[in-house]
Amino acid sequence: MNDQWTNRLSEYIDGELDATERAALEAHLATCGQCYATLSELRQVVARAKQLTDTPPATDLWAGIATEIRRESIVHRAVRRDRRRFSFTVPQLLAASIALVLLSSGGAWLAVQQRSTNTAEPAVTTQPSTARLANWTGSTDVAIAELQAALAQNEKRLDSTTVRIVRKNLAIIDRAIADARIALRNDPGNAYLNLHLADTMRRKVELLRRVNDMAAART
Amino acid sequence: MPRQVLEDTLTADSIAADTALAASGDGSAFERLYRTHVARVHTLVRRMLDADEADDVTQDVFIRAWQKLSSFRGESAFGTWLHRLAVNVILARRKSVGVQRGRFITQDEPLEGVTARPVTPELTMDFEEALASLPEGARQVFVLHDVEGYRHEEIARMLGVVPGTSKSQLHHARMALRRHLER
Repeated sequence: MNDQWTNRLSEYIDGELDATERAALEAHLATCGQCYATLSELRQVVARAKQLTDTPPATDLWAGIATEIRRESIVHRAVRRDRRRFSFTVPQLLAASIALVLLSSGGAWLAVQQRSTNTAEPAVTTQPSTARLANWTGSTDVAIAELQAALAQNEKRLDSTTVRIVRKNLAIIDRAIADARIALRNDPGNAYLNLHLADTMRRKVELLRRVNDMAAART
Repeated sequence: MPRQVLEDTLTADSIAADTALAASGDGSAFERLYRTHVARVHTLVRRMLDADEADDVTQDVFIRAWQKLSSFRGESAFGTWLHRLAVNVILARRKSVGVQRGRFITQDEPLEGVTARPVTPELTMDFEEALASLPEGARQVFVLHDVEGYRHEEIARMLGVVPGTSKSQLHHARMALRRHLER
């Protein structure tokens, strides 16, 4: 039990011995029943660790957290708002602009795919002008409307659990979109808000497409 | 698409949407994130520190998450980001408590208690209880390596020890815990 190899068994299990050491240990295991049994038990411990499950706290901790973040929000709201407005770096603004361009071209493509009315998406340039940013969602709105109409037709091919989950997630996304639109009404040139709205709408398009594809596959 | 895959994707979409909402100051969205992740965070804290610290430290993790959400750029999943934040908070707490108590991981930290206890049916402990009764250093290395999947090099960096110490503590922990496998 206390031979020179006992303390190397964990390294052996984890594959951390070099080839020479591994060969020597395996030769030893062939002759030492005690080490062999210990190795088996250590492997069971490793396997047991992977089966451990998470359990929630005995008491709900949210009230204390909510109190603290409410207090923190009141104290820092004004500071955070100002910091957020002016904290974008040039690469971040560029990334936002690229995301908007990708979204608009993706929306136009979707609109064509759906044989929709086809006012071409006005190109969003890398200069986020207020007027352009305020109007960029047009064709994506059309694509979403058509995908939702298709989903209304296709829903009956999906089982009720899937439909429930899809509806729940669409509601969350719609709430995020509504919040972003309200915020943008007050600050239409805010690149962060435009990027957030673009990202959320993209998620909605992806979700609707995925669910419609799944329903179509069940015909 | 298999249903489970779809459900996982939709859950990920919900979390991503709630993360964006919470980052813009939506407390309700943050509460949903809390409810989704609290068991994972609390369990990690409970295993790494003393159980009586778990509630306080878990609250601290979520308050810090709220404060830092505006810096979350989405390079990883929210759960991964939160887990790493929790580990950092735990390790910071460990350091401050270690300074107060003069207690740090050492190469030869004794494993009395668990190892010395004879294995009899009357004294058989639940695996989680046995884990909790390990000395702090061995317990933290075991949780980080065998439960959370960190590598020895990462653990050594986090705990401020050399990788050999991490390996040694892990082996001691496993040797102690093998006596408490459910049979």
